[in-house]
Amino acid sequence: MKVFVGIDLGSTTTKAVLLDETGQIIGRGITNSRSNYVVACAVARDEAMTSARFNSLARALQELTEPDAETGRAYESRLLRAFRLELYLDELAALRARMVEIVEGAGARGSASVREAISEILNEMEQSAPSLFLEAEERRSDFFRDLAGATFLSAAEQISSSRGLRFEALAWPFDRAILDIETELRELDFQAVLSRAARRIGAEGNDEIRDQLARAIEQIAKQQLEEASFVGTGYGRQTLPFPKAAVRSEILCHGRGAHRVFPGTRTVLDIGGQDTKAIQVDERGVVTSFQMNDRCAAGCGRYLGYIADELSLGLHELGPLALKSSSPARINSTCTVFAGAELRERLALGEHREDILAGLHRAIMLRAMSLLARSGGVSDQFTFTGGVCKNPMASRVLQELVSENYGSELTINVHPDSIYMGALGAALFALDDWRAGDPHLLRVSEQKPSGAVEREPSACLECA
Amino acid sequence: MTLNAAVQKSEPTLAPVPKDDSQKRQKRMIAEHFDRLAEAKETGRKVVYTFVPGNLTELISAFDMLPVLPEINALQSGMRGRSGGYISEAERAGHSEDVCSYVKCDLGMLKSGNVGPTGKRLPAPDLLLLSYTGCFTFMKWFEILQQEYRCPVVMLHVPYQAGGRITEEMRDYVVQQLVSEVIPAMERVSGRKLDPAILEEKMGLSARAEDALVRVWESARHRPSPIDGYFGGVYYIGPIFSAFRGTQEAVLYYEELAAEVEERVVRGQGPMTPDGPMGPERYRLVVEGPPNWTSFNEFWRMFSRERAVIVASTYTRVGGLYDLGFRHSATDPLRSLADYCLGCYTNRSLPSRVDLLEKYIRDYGADGFLINSVKSCNSFSAGQLLILRELEKRTGVPGGFIESDLVDPRYFGRANVENRLQSYLQMLESRRNSRGAP
Repeated sequence: MKVFVGIDLGSTTTKAVLLDETGQIIGRGITNSRSNYVVACAVARDEAMTSARFNSLARALQELTEPDAETGRAYESRLLRAFRLELYLDELAALRARMVEIVEGAGARGSASVREAISEILNEMEQSAPSLFLEAEERRSDFFRDLAGATFLSAAEQISSSRGLRFEALAWPFDRAILDIETELRELDFQAVLSRAARRIGAEGNDEIRDQLARAIEQIAKQQLEEASFVGTGYGRQTLPFPKAAVRSEILCHGRGAHRVFPGTRTVLDIGGQDTKAIQVDERGVVTSFQMNDRCAAGCGRYLGYIADELSLGLHELGPLALKSSSPARINSTCTVFAGAELRERLALGEHREDILAGLHRAIMLRAMSLLARSGGVSDQFTFTGGVCKNPMASRVLQELVSENYGSELTINVHPDSIYMGALGAALFALDDWRAGDPHLLRVSEQKPSGAVEREPSACLECA
Repeated sequence: MTLNAAVQKSEPTLAPVPKDDSQKRQKRMIAEHFDRLAEAKETGRKVVYTFVPGNLTELISAFDMLPVLPEINALQSGMRGRSGGYISEAERAGHSEDVCSYVKCDLGMLKSGNVGPTGKRLPAPDLLLLSYTGCFTFMKWFEILQQEYRCPVVMLHVPYQAGGRITEEMRDYVVQQLVSEVIPAMERVSGRKLDPAILEEKMGLSARAEDALVRVWESARHRPSPIDGYFGGVYYIGPIFSAFRGTQEAVLYYEELAAEVEERVVRGQGPMTPDGPMGPERYRLVVEGPPNWTSFNEFWRMFSRERAVIVASTYTRVGGLYDLGFRHSATDPLRSLADYCLGCYTNRSLPSRVDLLEKYIRDYGADGFLINSVKSCNSFSAGQLLILRELEKRTGVPGGFIESDLVDPRYFGRANVENRLQSYLQMLESRRNSRGAP
């Protein structure tokens, strides 16, 4: 089966979307961008391939288990969880091997007590992994770094205090090893991992159903997904690993992706990790005008990240908390550098967290409104995309401001999967290229790992 | 390694791009000018600091005085990588972050020994000739220079062309100032009387150089354009905007340049770039706003590597809109100088600027137009988004908008500028393809 790949290499996450020959979305994947763009792309693409296969499996299971569709869905869900568990265990094994290497080569810093503590923590992580994946309702993140990091570091805190070890002595080998692990290119043997997952959860139903299930799984595992064309976009597109001919600007991709999901779209607002874009598109999804923030990233997603860190909250908790505000604070500055100081000052003055957060959300959206105005205003329909659109307070404030400035008759679209719009647009361009006889492929195995992103002199004096 | 790092690393291996005869001539001319300035105190020649828009070079040289253009010093400091340090120096002296970076660069250079682009010290001014043509900052700039140098200032107040045309009253007002203020001040400083015959001769030479310069600009109507009328263009305007208007050398330079450019047209050649000849022309653009000087070649390459050629730009007209027909005239020099000052691009209203850009877009067959909005230049950047929308409405040609600065390196965000530019060019491509689609 031919697939068309779009990858959006963002500053925070890397997203991939797969289309089939008819332009239907068949899979999508996401991973953290990490310091190696090549690996980030490969992982996102593997994730999208996995999701495409599981989608096929879900369809096959649905047919098999009709009229009892629930059984099929439940099995597919368990299989997917088991699949993720197997991947996690593989990563954990790689992490263990690397940590052993690091502490063994660390002289006095890798003392027997440190090695023993690390080994115990990793054993415990291995043992508790099945419950984490097969029993827990929902994980806060599926990224190995987040999952393993949270578990390891919290266990390290406990064990270090109970044994009189320094927390740092356990944390540093993890920090070094995780960097190596997540920037190492490892090929995914889908069939092998899927077989292990299937064995782990066993099968249900009578012999006939079990046979059919086994055949469906085998068929899906063997299914060839042939990458016919690829287009890359996003913050990292200039660096690696995209060939120039296969690169499209984020603005074109976000505009096109949003238009594909909501064909009535004429204006798009995309707020990502470090930039905000206001985009106007025509009836075909072709960009006609755009504005984006200048080099200062005040008021972008990263700003909310700092605020969340400052309040020791998860990023996803900010919006719901701000929604509880009854008297939003008046805040004009969205400077990331001063965010922490302003927040602490207001808290010290007795203002409520939810009111401060509500004010901050409004300040961010006012900045976005200015960009929208500069790009040509807001036309019906208006689609909000990017990581920040998942924040309910951001969406609510935007709706209010758009109504105030452009009227309440406008349709405002916010899709739960808006984070994939850029990758979707890129995949649509990949399909265009293939249809035009000019496809390009992403050959990650030929790419050398990239280094860190080069820093530029900054206009922000605090950052200079 | 970023793309940019790769480019920088690969540069030393590039073969040097051969220089045309006109380029060699220009380099010689500029070097000799700075030599004359360095020796001015010994040779007894008086020095006049003045600004590019509305400069009175023929008049200055008719008194055998030498002009110094602080904006040109600032932009050259930017190109030589010195402006960041000069700006810091000026900020330490109390000038705020948002002040025009040309001003701060010039003041920083002054505080650092006033060494010019050729490495030789610039002389202090004997006269500050403030021709006010739409930039309020010019007045403040020379106020500061007056305090530093304690030398006389003479101001030529040029009325703003709000109505889009020069009236007889405006012309008379400028001529009257020339007669009663400017020329007497120059006579006092130079110690000689104005010789009308010398001024007339210089005005005639100016017109000849201007004729040739217009041939150069208009060559860009050809496909492919033989010149880049913005990045290449700023080199072409060097002599005529600095010290050479009204000289035989300028006539020779511009006639030689025009002949070279016309030869490129005959051969069907496109423009030269920092990396040699540009590949087949892909986009034809008109640009409004000055270039960024601190990353000039890098900025140019962002266009040339996408095979985008700038067919016309307003920045290259700030020292004179000769392609609209104006010529310095030997028959009535003072009225002609008045018209020159009144007609400067910086002295024109927003509607006039829109008209001019519209004319360029149509005359030069542009696919798009781009505004480089300058962070620290409020008077010039104000209204540029209105210009953009109005031009899109009138021509149907899509506009792009990028932001940088003149000479403050902190305001040039390579990734951001490149991102916007590439997005813009891809948008043009996408719209082109979409029009062609069934």
